[in-house]
Amino acid sequence: MIEFDRVSKRYPGGQEALQQVTFEQPAGELTFLTGHSGAGKSTLLKLIMLIERPTGGKVYVQGDDLNTIGKRGIPYLRRRIGMVHQNHQLLFDRSVFDNVALPLIIAGYGPDEIGRRVRAALDKVGLLNKEKLNPIVLSGGELQRVGIARAVVNKPPLLLADEPTGNLDPELSAEIMDIFKDFARVGVAVLIATHDMSLIARYPHRLLSLSEGRLITDRPEAVHGA
Amino acid sequence: MARNATPRQPVVRTARRRGPGAKEGSLSLRDRLRSWWRHHLDSARDALIRLAARPVGTGMTVLVIAIALALPVGLGVMLENMRGLTQSWQGNAHLSVFLKQDMAEDAQRERADNWKAWDSIRRTEVITPAEALDEYQQMSGFGNALDALPDNPLPPLIIVYPEASDPDALDALSERLGEQDSVDQVQLDVQWVRRLDAMLDVGERLVSALALALALGVMLVLMNTIRLAIESRREEITVVKIVGGTDGFVRRPFLYTGFWYGAGGGLMAAVLVQIALWWLSGPVDRLAGLYDSSYSLASLHPGAFVLLPLFAGILGLMGAWLAVGRHLREMDPRFF
Repeated sequence: MIEFDRVSKRYPGGQEALQQVTFEQPAGELTFLTGHSGAGKSTLLKLIMLIERPTGGKVYVQGDDLNTIGKRGIPYLRRRIGMVHQNHQLLFDRSVFDNVALPLIIAGYGPDEIGRRVRAALDKVGLLNKEKLNPIVLSGGELQRVGIARAVVNKPPLLLADEPTGNLDPELSAEIMDIFKDFARVGVAVLIATHDMSLIARYPHRLLSLSEGRLITDRPEAVHGA
Repeated sequence: MARNATPRQPVVRTARRRGPGAKEGSLSLRDRLRSWWRHHLDSARDALIRLAARPVGTGMTVLVIAIALALPVGLGVMLENMRGLTQSWQGNAHLSVFLKQDMAEDAQRERADNWKAWDSIRRTEVITPAEALDEYQQMSGFGNALDALPDNPLPPLIIVYPEASDPDALDALSERLGEQDSVDQVQLDVQWVRRLDAMLDVGERLVSALALALALGVMLVLMNTIRLAIESRREEITVVKIVGGTDGFVRRPFLYTGFWYGAGGGLMAAVLVQIALWWLSGPVDRLAGLYDSSYSLASLHPGAFVLLPLFAGILGLMGAWLAVGRHLREMDPRFF
């Protein structure tokens, strides 16, 4: 689903954000990506989203070499990737429903199909009864779940999460993790960037660990964890 | 691990199905076209609603555009009006043919009758030296001083009204009359009209240049307005880009905003010009009445109420396109 082949990224200032990173994540796997701030987690996610381009090596998504995707192809790549943000990135000028519907409107679905899919996604995160509300009245955990609903409403084969539990207490974090696990179970590749070590300790999933731009640990699911 | 050199290890998990969500879009072309059209309608309506939600700000921008457009359009209409006026004056063109001083009155009348038979002459009017002196005495107030003159110094005069009033025909007629016996001098009374006409040509060029400059100004005003609109929706644009919105999708609402601003300004400009013409028409009619003329100001062509908003709308569209284009390049998602 995702494959990094000796990927390096040097920023114009000379900073080596990633060096020779190689790993592969199959469909249906939930993987943690960890490391200190500045270790390269964000850069790695940006390369998958084509917000940045690598200075060396190749990134593959669903077998497609991202180096061959031009500027015009970027939106279509992003439609295959669901992205969950730490600060949820919801728009407060519209309802929960309209927030979740945005990717579908962009992809060009009709109103009936949008209604069906948005409700299915909201049901999945347990917020079906809040579709008409403005996100501003929701709690932190609820906002994050709306963010997840928006990320998965288009049924992307790949889900990226950047510190999804960063602002949440352990109980809410567990709820969020359960949702991610459900998606992995149905075949979605889920990659969660986090520096929440307690979260990682509680879940026995695969762990990729970055330090100063290098992949220093790649522990598979069975070995690592409780 | 080179991707092609080493085959992947047969991991159990990779044996699973590829996962939900087709790589290619699962929507038919018809669905896409329909949704594209729907998004256009939504964007157009949404842009209009957003403008209506801030009536003061929107009104001021529209007014700026309207004034910038009304200026050249108004001047153009005035020039067009003056052009019509000079044409009607040229229609009344006549030649004053001064005869030799010693010609008798009978000979003068005979000459006038002869000329009237020419194809190129519509009618002639005889003014004898005595009539001319009489008129001059009444109008100039030099009555007594003129009495002191031993002889009437004024020449016999025939005023010739030509059939055609175009410059070439007038010149030809003037030349032919000048070659006649006992003709002293032929004076064409439309020289100043032609000069005015030439001045109007210059004026038209100036108005065109002004229109070009102001159209550019309108576009810049709209670029700046759209830039502010983009700034206020930066967050939304970032989200749209991250969930796979194309540049076209991001651009669309702003293009409509630009179009509405322009179209509103254009319509307002047409209304302003029409109001100015109504305001002027009273005095102009009175002035024309004093000159025994039935001339009256031509008002704006009804088509202008469609064309002007359309033209300004396209200007707005272009301004928006430029503004958004610049910002799309500048603004890449800053999320992580």
